[in-house]
Amino acid sequence: MPGLIGKKIGMTSVFSAEGKNIPCTVIEAGPCVVTQVKSAEKEGYDALQIAYAEKKEKHTTSAMKGHFKNANTTPKRKMHEFSGYKNDWKLGDSITLDIFKDDSFVDVVGYSKGKGFQGVVKRYNFKGVNDATHGQHNRLRAPGSLGASSYPSRVFKGMRMAGRTGNQRTKVLNLEVVKIISERNLIIVKGSVPGSKGSYLIVEK
Amino acid sequence: MDILKEIEQEFLTENNFPDFKSGDTISVHYKIKEGNKERIQIFKGVVIQRKGSSITETFTVRKMSNNVGVERIFPINSPFIDKIEVNKFGRVRRARIYYLRELTGKKARIKEKRF
Repeated sequence: MPGLIGKKIGMTSVFSAEGKNIPCTVIEAGPCVVTQVKSAEKEGYDALQIAYAEKKEKHTTSAMKGHFKNANTTPKRKMHEFSGYKNDWKLGDSITLDIFKDDSFVDVVGYSKGKGFQGVVKRYNFKGVNDATHGQHNRLRAPGSLGASSYPSRVFKGMRMAGRTGNQRTKVLNLEVVKIISERNLIIVKGSVPGSKGSYLIVEK
Repeated sequence: MDILKEIEQEFLTENNFPDFKSGDTISVHYKIKEGNKERIQIFKGVVIQRKGSSITETFTVRKMSNNVGVERIFPINSPFIDKIEVNKFGRVRRARIYYLRELTGKKARIKEKRF
């Protein structure tokens, strides 16, 4: 799906025309530069590679410098490939939020906030032990049994246990577009999006 | 952060409510929609707190209704608020007078501010 790379600015709330208080997220998206046009003849599939956010030249490898020079642009920090764009985009073109102007819903992809090493209650919404009494002690948030005993004599693969939580690619579908301010590259969507303020996001149709 | 503030400013609509803070007794004239009809309900009580800033600012009003404490939180920028009247300016020492929740009867009185 066609989309843009953006940055989460933060959350606030606005009042709708009916007077309802809508929680919403402000996202700065685009303008993104087309850095490569992939075609079915050359690469085997149609896609657009676009880039967003300035990067210092001294932090750019020579190979990437050449890549950006081809597109006649400055080095960029984030790149992403989108299929589904119409073919009329050319190398070096700048894509803005105008592509969303007919849409009332968008999808947003981001990396959720990292939570560190967490137990199963937070990580997988296990219930833990519901009683603090009846012989229970110090196992209120324990996972319980990991499986049967002599058969199978092992713990099945993929058994949900404690571990690193968050910082995972997460996609939120069908967020309502509250407002698009194209002259400042801002899009306001209803609801929350993954990640912390300032983290990079992908806004898709 | 600044972008957020600018956006909040854009969505903010002017209101000319009088200044009030915690300890004051106010009447909030609140528009209520019932089907197609609109009527105004008045909620009168003591302001317990004001919270948040700009478009997300809210205030809490507490009143005693049949000896039961009722608290209501209003977003100050809500388009449903028709009017706010300040009935009494109270003199309190803190910005959030939660201690009022534990008090009833004569103890729950607030001294009036003298000018």
